[in-house]
Amino acid sequence: MGRWRSPFFADMIRSIRACKTAAEERAVVRKECAAIRAAINENDQDYRHRNLAKLMFIHMLGYPTHFGQMECLKSIASAGFPEKRIGYLGLMLLLDERQEVLMLVTNSLKQDLNHTNQYIVGLALCALGNICSAEMARDLAPEVERLLQFRDPNIRKKAALCSIRIIKKVPDLAENFINPAAALLKEKHHGVLITGIQLVTDICKVSTEALEFFRKPKCLDGLVKTLRDVVNSPYAPEYDIAGITDPFLHIRLLKLLHVLGQGDADASDCMNDILAQVATKTESNKNAGNAILYECVETIMSIEDNGGLRVLAINILGRFLSNRDNNIRYVALNMLMKAITVDAQAVQRHRATILECVKDLDASIRKRALELVYLLVNESNVKPLTKELIDYLEISDQEFKGDLTAKICSMVEKFSPDKIWYIDQMLKVLSEAGNFVKDEVWHALIVVISNASDLHGYTVRALYRAVQTSIEQIVLMFLHQESLVRVAIWCIGEYGDMLVNNVGVLNIEDPITVTESDAVDVVEIAIKHHSSDITTKAMAMVALLKLSSRFPSCSERIRDIIVQNKGSLVLELQQRSIEFNSIVEKHQNIRSTLVERMPVLDEATFSGRRAGSLPATVSTSSGTSLNLPNGVAKPAAAPLVDLLDLSSDDAPVPSSSGNDFLQDLLGVDVSPASVQPGTSQAPKAGTDVLLDLLSIGSPPVQNNSTPSDILSSSQDNKSSVAILDGLSPAPSGGAASMIDLLDGFVPNSPKPEDNGPAYPSIVAFESSSLILTFNFSKPPGNPQTTLIQATFTNLSPNVYTDFVFQAAVPKFLQLHLDPASGNTLPASGNGSITQTLRVTNSQHGKKPLVMRTRIAYKLNNRDVLEEGQINNFPRDL
Amino acid sequence: MGIRFILMVNKQGQTRLAQYYEWLTLEERRALEGEIVRKCLARTEQQCSFVEHRNYKIVYRRYASLFFLVGVDNDENELAILEFIHLLVETMDRHFGNVCELDIMFHLEKAHFMLEEMVMNGCIVETSKSNILSPIQLMEKMS
Repeated sequence: MGRWRSPFFADMIRSIRACKTAAEERAVVRKECAAIRAAINENDQDYRHRNLAKLMFIHMLGYPTHFGQMECLKSIASAGFPEKRIGYLGLMLLLDERQEVLMLVTNSLKQDLNHTNQYIVGLALCALGNICSAEMARDLAPEVERLLQFRDPNIRKKAALCSIRIIKKVPDLAENFINPAAALLKEKHHGVLITGIQLVTDICKVSTEALEFFRKPKCLDGLVKTLRDVVNSPYAPEYDIAGITDPFLHIRLLKLLHVLGQGDADASDCMNDILAQVATKTESNKNAGNAILYECVETIMSIEDNGGLRVLAINILGRFLSNRDNNIRYVALNMLMKAITVDAQAVQRHRATILECVKDLDASIRKRALELVYLLVNESNVKPLTKELIDYLEISDQEFKGDLTAKICSMVEKFSPDKIWYIDQMLKVLSEAGNFVKDEVWHALIVVISNASDLHGYTVRALYRAVQTSIEQIVLMFLHQESLVRVAIWCIGEYGDMLVNNVGVLNIEDPITVTESDAVDVVEIAIKHHSSDITTKAMAMVALLKLSSRFPSCSERIRDIIVQNKGSLVLELQQRSIEFNSIVEKHQNIRSTLVERMPVLDEATFSGRRAGSLPATVSTSSGTSLNLPNGVAKPAAAPLVDLLDLSSDDAPVPSSSGNDFLQDLLGVDVSPASVQPGTSQAPKAGTDVLLDLLSIGSPPVQNNSTPSDILSSSQDNKSSVAILDGLSPAPSGGAASMIDLLDGFVPNSPKPEDNGPAYPSIVAFESSSLILTFNFSKPPGNPQTTLIQATFTNLSPNVYTDFVFQAAVPKFLQLHLDPASGNTLPASGNGSITQTLRVTNSQHGKKPLVMRTRIAYKLNNRDVLEEGQINNFPRDL
Repeated sequence: MGIRFILMVNKQGQTRLAQYYEWLTLEERRALEGEIVRKCLARTEQQCSFVEHRNYKIVYRRYASLFFLVGVDNDENELAILEFIHLLVETMDRHFGNVCELDIMFHLEKAHFMLEEMVMNGCIVETSKSNILSPIQLMEKMS
């Protein structure tokens, strides 16, 4: 025959087990699958059973087996029990939710549900219970309903679970099942009872009518009696586990009581006695007993209030919590989280024990305990709890530090009684686990520091001390405490004078003597250290610039440090180095204005902007981890924009031009900040640099726009490149032209820009019938302003009436429209309308003009609207 | 529905039985099994038997070289599931006589049939070992 016969099932497993590599395994499986397919094609019935068994194994290993589905159907359709059994099993395992296969099987299921052999009925029920779709549920519900009263209990119990699937798929059918389900509750057979109870529980969840029905005393009393019988039942070897008869049945009954008692005082009242009995009488030295107690506590906590029972429940949890078995402690913590909404005081009593669990060796327990502690924090206990957690932070596992830090920061922020405490705690966290602190946390800290004007001196000294104490282990520090260093550098830059002159010393402080050169040392170390990332270095650069004015004696030294970065490979630093050097060297007269202390950062704006990302910190608990990769720009960068970019739209800054300029410098830092060390930053940095160039280009004197505007107006790289082209027409290096720009803003060296109207006219808009041309001229002595004479010509044979021209420009431009010469445009080019536009370009020399236009007129009394965008303005306007 | 899946995995992390009560694609299953096995097998004997993973809670228990892992909803009674795993193992023991990894591998369908008698659609069907095994033994006698 030449056909490669498929070996026996056991042979296949042996050969798979013998495989040493995944590739070998794949090869064996491929060969087996090929043989099975061949057998399927030949409709080989002798081997069908064996082939299906093989397919199940192959499926379990994770290989596709869809081709076996039809084989299952054939097997189900055969007459014998063994064939049907393997067919149904295969169907349940291999099925891939393809509706057509399900449709094909519905008929077989229907026949088998009505089969005379009860074992075959059992098979069909089991399959239906596992795979039933909504359609099948509608088709087969009557059969299942009937089988709930079948003579053999083994069929009744399966029919009960099958009914659960049906009412979950089609909740409308639930009502049909209320009465048969109620009948099941009276059964003695444990299998029928436990499945019947599960069915009733699920019916109550989808149907309020059913819920009311089962809450009635006649049903509820029966349930309570059943539970009592089970609790008091004599030894039953078949169901006994550790001296308890059928703990599973106990638990299902308690779960049902939970559903019935919740929100119904009368029903809750009915079950009080039995719950009290379970809670007090159940043996708690074995797992089975504890499982029942655990469920009982859950039920007590959910049903309507009964003080006595709750005390009982909380005491059980207290016992659990001090148990030495980790499993028991875990469920106790789990349950206390639910109990906290019911009785916060009672849970607070266990605070010390819970706090110990945060330090447990077991990660599952630590996680639960930390979440529980977080829920326990309030204004009155935040101080001791935070202290405990921060102390523990020092010695905790690396992988736990992230979660722990997030929770500490969140609770400190939420409940801090005063700013000095907040600042103290945050400094501790930053010192212990700086690198686990999310960016928005240290951004928030800077905002708070900025607002606490009486604490500026204190804070900068504390930070200086924190950085100093670890300066011996400088390598370690920069690996683990980057955010501490950043905050310290920012504060030294801003409040360096307070550090040196000991301004605003609080009486809790130890005296400290810091010389100007000491302060510069710290910043210098930060900027020179190899492990500092760009953000830190950029912040250090700005701090140095600020210090150069605050500490005139160190000015020379600072300039040297700045100049060293002239050759930095990071464009951002290189550029800053050149600019700052130029400021230090040539612009002494404006420097002090430039580097003035930043105005107080607006807390409301910051927290408002931050609102979107705040829940993230709070809910790190919920399974989904919210550890956004640091490279993700949006959440990380947004707060920074707030923080550093003062000129955000909703916080207008009434400040000097010097400040505006600085904001731009700082605003630029936004982009690199989102690039963390270690992440691949090549493509990102590319765009960042473009953005940098754009924003640094804005001359400070007339800066109406904000960096964010510029960013948004050049969203895609392409356009920013285009703008860049316009920015440096001369092929001089970018850096050189930057120096020019800086020089350009010295008041007494204006650029020779006021040349005559040497600009060519353009056709700004052209349709088949309408032409708009622009002629340009410049008013002498005002290079930023352009006068545009717009001329409209109508080539069509019809007159245009009610002619209106409108224009819009981006924020960096200002537009003034003079009245038009008329509102009727004669036909066939016999005359024209003229209108003068005056445009002022605040980005003159950097960005070309751009304009949107809208022309409205009436043609034969019909409204016509023509819109367009003008991008072809001459450069340098 | 409380139980979402049942896995039996050897200590090398190879799946020996997998039964899902909700539909996942083959890729999702492979990924899920890999993640869970990595997480659970790394834990020590002293640590508790519960691991939270994605939106599941995994209750697991080790018997010699075989791990039994059950994925449940968050509101399921973890201790009861632990007890259920033990019941499952005892039932298999009674049938196979000291069940081991190879019994399950070479009698995969039989293990599934047993499981079918115990769990259906994520709910417990039967807790009596003789009730669970009687249909299976009946069929064995016949064939």
